[in-house]
Amino acid sequence: MAIYRLARSRTITRFLKTKICPFENIHERFITPNHSLFDAYSSYKTLAADFTRKPHELWDKTANILAFRRFESARAGEQAEAVAYTDDDDDDENQEQDPHDVVQAIDFPGGRVTFTPQIKFISESTDKRVPCYRVLDDDGYPIPGSRFEQVDKETAVKMYKSMVTLQIMDHIFYEAQRQGRISFYMTSMGEEAVNIATAAALSPDDIILPQYREPGILLWRGFTIEEFANQCFGTKNDSGKGRQMPVHYGSKKHNFVTVSSPIATQLPQAAGIAYSLKMDNKEACAVAFTGDGGTSEGDFHAGLNFAAVMEAPVLFICRNNGWAISTPISDQFRSDGVVVKGQAYGIRSVRIDGNDTLAVYSAIRAAREMVIREQKPILVEALTYRVGHHSTSDDSTKYRPLDEIEHWKTARNPLARFRKWVQRHGWWTDEEEAELRGSIRKQVMNAIQVADKTEKPSLKELFTDVYDRLPSNLQEQEKSLSETIKKHEQDFPADVPL
Amino acid sequence: MLKILKQKAVSAPLLRAVVLSSRNYSVSAKQMNVREALNSALDEEMSADHKVFLMGEEVGEYQGAYKVTKGLLQKYGPERVVDTPITEAGFTGIGVGAAYYGLRPVVEFMTFNFAMQAIDHIINSAAKTNYMSSGNISVPIVFRGPNGAAAGVGAQHSQCYAAWYGAIPGLKVLAPYSSEDARGLLKAAIRDPDPVVFLENELLYGEYFPVSEEVLDAGFSIPIGKAKIEKEGKDVSIVAFSKMVGFSLKAAEILAKDGIDAEVINLRSIRPLDRSTINASVRRTNRLVTVEEGFPQHGVGAEICASIVEDSFGYLDAPVERIAGADVPMPYAANLERLALPQVEDIVRAAKRACYRSVPMSAAA
Repeated sequence: MAIYRLARSRTITRFLKTKICPFENIHERFITPNHSLFDAYSSYKTLAADFTRKPHELWDKTANILAFRRFESARAGEQAEAVAYTDDDDDDENQEQDPHDVVQAIDFPGGRVTFTPQIKFISESTDKRVPCYRVLDDDGYPIPGSRFEQVDKETAVKMYKSMVTLQIMDHIFYEAQRQGRISFYMTSMGEEAVNIATAAALSPDDIILPQYREPGILLWRGFTIEEFANQCFGTKNDSGKGRQMPVHYGSKKHNFVTVSSPIATQLPQAAGIAYSLKMDNKEACAVAFTGDGGTSEGDFHAGLNFAAVMEAPVLFICRNNGWAISTPISDQFRSDGVVVKGQAYGIRSVRIDGNDTLAVYSAIRAAREMVIREQKPILVEALTYRVGHHSTSDDSTKYRPLDEIEHWKTARNPLARFRKWVQRHGWWTDEEEAELRGSIRKQVMNAIQVADKTEKPSLKELFTDVYDRLPSNLQEQEKSLSETIKKHEQDFPADVPL
Repeated sequence: MLKILKQKAVSAPLLRAVVLSSRNYSVSAKQMNVREALNSALDEEMSADHKVFLMGEEVGEYQGAYKVTKGLLQKYGPERVVDTPITEAGFTGIGVGAAYYGLRPVVEFMTFNFAMQAIDHIINSAAKTNYMSSGNISVPIVFRGPNGAAAGVGAQHSQCYAAWYGAIPGLKVLAPYSSEDARGLLKAAIRDPDPVVFLENELLYGEYFPVSEEVLDAGFSIPIGKAKIEKEGKDVSIVAFSKMVGFSLKAAEILAKDGIDAEVINLRSIRPLDRSTINASVRRTNRLVTVEEGFPQHGVGAEICASIVEDSFGYLDAPVERIAGADVPMPYAANLERLALPQVEDIVRAAKRACYRSVPMSAAA
């Protein structure tokens, strides 16, 4: 139903802008030999008589309207109504207001829209990018006029200590992989603030669905360094029974869903968990992480779209660290980052400086509160930088300049920035720094040494948990295997406990 | 159940003699089609456990694309019967997430062909998670929908996925045939703590089967992993699932006229496969014909054949005959479609070949 007409010359454009025509004049004004919009306008004229009807009940947004609205949207297709009403805002203040001025709007499935007589495309980009919320400058001084949630000494010190622990743990485990002691590792270097400040801002009841660069959340919630080591080494003390490759942590008691390798699968899952929390009336939300690369996956679209439609309390946090292995964000999307995608799904979104511990803390606190109070999703884009390689299987110097990495490692280091703020408050000293670093180093090294020597999981863990109960075929296989082992004991590897 | 029979006898004295003397044919046997069987199973399980909820395209207001979920939105409301946008990956992921939390979703795919868009979630998120989380995250989810060929719907709507899902450790895969199967297996699937792929058949939805009082009871369920011997026989074992069970039974009637007493086994469960029932049957009959609609390579028949060779090789008097769909994407034209799918005559010929009766080797149209 093309009610508008393409402006073919300046005079017509100005004509259209100044006079919004009442129904009876449309026919005369827009007739041209080449275009026949007659059919549209003639039916429009008969419908015009209906415009006095005001079906307000259609637009009533009561809670159980969800089912109701679908019936209505089907009905709207049958009778497209023309509703005209006077427009109070004047487009063009220079013009005298014509008493016949009406702004026309029309009902389509999805709601009422006003129409415009000129084509106007929404630009693919805005002049100004969406600004990011930042509280501390690079030297750790609060930016004048900044508003943030105050943290007390205990929280601030705990946050800083956890960031240091995460950093040291990452360094040493990475080295352990290089030495061949574990098969694989991924660091979170450069993203310590996103990890720890987010964890601090959430409640322990919030269910975390990580991507794979969020071990800091587990750390904050009480996962010990020994537990991290046991998972990476796949020992018998691993609560994961040695089933997963390194850094694929999971902990039910810490409400941290096991890391799953395929990218972005956790996003629709988060909507499902959030929906369940909502059905249970819990004062908690689901928190799902993804990187910039993960937003290209189909699951990102499905997860966000669904969470919005189902009004599920999910907090989506995108760690935009600039790189998806070797793919820079210029090759990942052409939008202004990830924050603008939220609106496309009807999701409130915010962009924050992910390397600013206090900004992350305040923003996540605010976002979480909104998610739970309003029971709808929110998208947070945390801008940061992936200082380390993607993983131990990657050498990022091959695709990005060394000085870029150095710059983010030193000048833009989130730890240094926050440390300055904490120390300035008198809550931390250089001596405590040295002591902390020394003791964490020792603890991590010790954990690695112990884990390295610890026995691996027993053979029976090969067969358990495939199903809730051991199925008969696996029982047979287990029996047959143990009989074979008994028969050929000397050939069975010594490092597999029975 | 006996109580109910007694009550019936008391209230209808004229029928008493009939009821008691004809126990094998229930005079009061209800006829129920597969659609009604599935609908009643969903209804009863949803009312028994408030954690069970349905999700899928058109399951709510449209009453189900095949009307299997008819009336359920009206009865349980939009929170428990969720109409989803068109994103299989999305709603499968959401269902899995809800199952992680502890709800019991029943996710409907309009057909399992469309489930391929969600297969990462079925395999990587649902099937493997209990194992990979060392038993901490169980996934009590059911994926259900029509599987295999319908009639004249072309290649992208006709594939059978029994072999694909049947290969995955962590999944249970069921394929009901009759209304009794549909009710009992769906109830068992919903109650099961593991992820279950429930392969229905569109053409069976409208077919009526007799159902006894026991089947109609709300507590009824069929154990997962047990095949059913639909018809006992001694000359050749015909193993099939879903629609092909019906074809096999018809083939058995035809074979009976030729003096071949076929035993027809309804698998009911693709994974776990009831190897012991199949092997026991072959050890009695010494001949085996497997029937499936799906593609032949790496199919269910291939697995059954390997199982027999491993466990009962010495008992085979003839090579295993494998009937499967043609190794082509399903054509649309009715005559070609007929040729691409197993027909009753194909099963009859295969059984005769297994019994060394002379028949032409090629399945002439």
